[in-house]
Amino acid sequence: MRGRPVKVRLSINGRLREADVEPRKSLLDTLREDFLLVGSHAGCEHGVCGACTVLIDGEPSRACLMFAVQADGYEITTIEGLAPAPGELSIVQDAFCETHGLQCGYCTPGMILTAHALLTHNDSPTRDDIVEAISGNICRCTGYGQIVEAVEFAADRLRKTNAPRHPEVAIADEPVRLAKSKAPRQGVLEAVQTDAPRGGRS
Amino acid sequence: MKPAPFDYVRPDSLAEACEILAGDEDARIIAGGQTLIPMLAMRLARPSRLIDILRLQELRGIRAEDGAIVIGAVTRQVEVERSDIIKRALPLLTKALPWVGHPPTRARGTVGGSIANADPSAEIPLIAVTLGAEIEIANPTGRTGMPADEFFIGPMLTSVMPGDCVCAVRFPLWPHRRIGTGFHEVSARQSDFAFVAAAAQVAIDDDGRCLDATLGLGGVGDHALRIDVTPLIGADIARVSIADIVRAATEGLEASSDLHATADYRRRVAAVLGTRALEDAFVEARDRNGAIQCGVVQ
Repeated sequence: MRGRPVKVRLSINGRLREADVEPRKSLLDTLREDFLLVGSHAGCEHGVCGACTVLIDGEPSRACLMFAVQADGYEITTIEGLAPAPGELSIVQDAFCETHGLQCGYCTPGMILTAHALLTHNDSPTRDDIVEAISGNICRCTGYGQIVEAVEFAADRLRKTNAPRHPEVAIADEPVRLAKSKAPRQGVLEAVQTDAPRGGRS
Repeated sequence: MKPAPFDYVRPDSLAEACEILAGDEDARIIAGGQTLIPMLAMRLARPSRLIDILRLQELRGIRAEDGAIVIGAVTRQVEVERSDIIKRALPLLTKALPWVGHPPTRARGTVGGSIANADPSAEIPLIAVTLGAEIEIANPTGRTGMPADEFFIGPMLTSVMPGDCVCAVRFPLWPHRRIGTGFHEVSARQSDFAFVAAAAQVAIDDDGRCLDATLGLGGVGDHALRIDVTPLIGADIARVSIADIVRAATEGLEASSDLHATADYRRRVAAVLGTRALEDAFVEARDRNGAIQCGVVQ
């Protein structure tokens, strides 16, 4: 029989997961249906909208434009894998909340992962860098203004908290111990059970 | 939006991939999948089997080789975009890469995939035609090379025979010292398909005389085209009208009409962008002393 299910072993958010999938099943559907990581959204399912963006070895990629059978051996990061600890948000996630960088939220996981990847290798992006980075992610609510603002805001915060990378940057307005503290910081929203055993679903 | 069922194989060598391909006429090669997967999802393609060549090391990488730069078919577009060798040796390709899809599709999409897909408005085939690249093709009997302008024969149509696999693209290097490049494109949205794209590379001597020039146009007709700009060669660029030469060369150009742009519009824009690309290239060759292209070592 053509297209019989095969076993795949995927490294998702730092954990090795296994599933039996048909070769034709996209990585997106596998993440959502087999691993219940439903933060990656299905939009157009043919690579146009960017709602399904995940990080493959740190690079933003479309989870709908990859089959699960192709994805073994890569480090896959979904939106569930961004928060540093349960109950916390990453700096980029937090910045999106603070600047109202989302409305309906459908494009948001893709936007945040794309922004996260940009800020990982460029902590001082220009507005053009940001626009180019998110050019493959469509948002129908915000008009993009607040999203760009969120990424700029996150970049600013990252520069200030990443003291060791730029010791010459003044960190007077944010003591170092605060950056190192594990306690939720101001502006962090209530607990979310991201990447819990059942993908955060009870 | 779900593909029809298929089998998936990941051969360990190019030879094995070619063998499987030759033994199953409904099998298709998949590399980055950034164009093939949407076609599968929309069921415009229903292969029996996908042969994944993305991890074949023998098809990966960028290397300098006697007067040419060879890019392996499964080298990802983002690797080319960031490559220092390409920046120094093929600045025109570096200029065109940001126009290829979006960052997330460039992260997975491959050079060979874009070549084999042969979209008339695609930038990588355009640069291959402009610079006179050679496409290396493998089949069970061996490897052959084919000039890019013979390789592309129509929209999504190439001279590749069933059972053949594109395995590398060989870009010749120019022997000149002062080289300049220019790239212009117009599309409906950023990174969308080009209505017209123009790529130019020129070489000048220290007196500002043109030693060599090439101009390619994409998106205008059925495939990327090289435009005859030989009147420029040997001329003092301060004294010739680039616009007149390009206009004359593009006058009878066969252009396609669609919902987005008429053939007439494409022809007019082709002349304008072609002129701008050449002008930029000459300015770059003159002002920045040109990219030093020869003697590239890895």
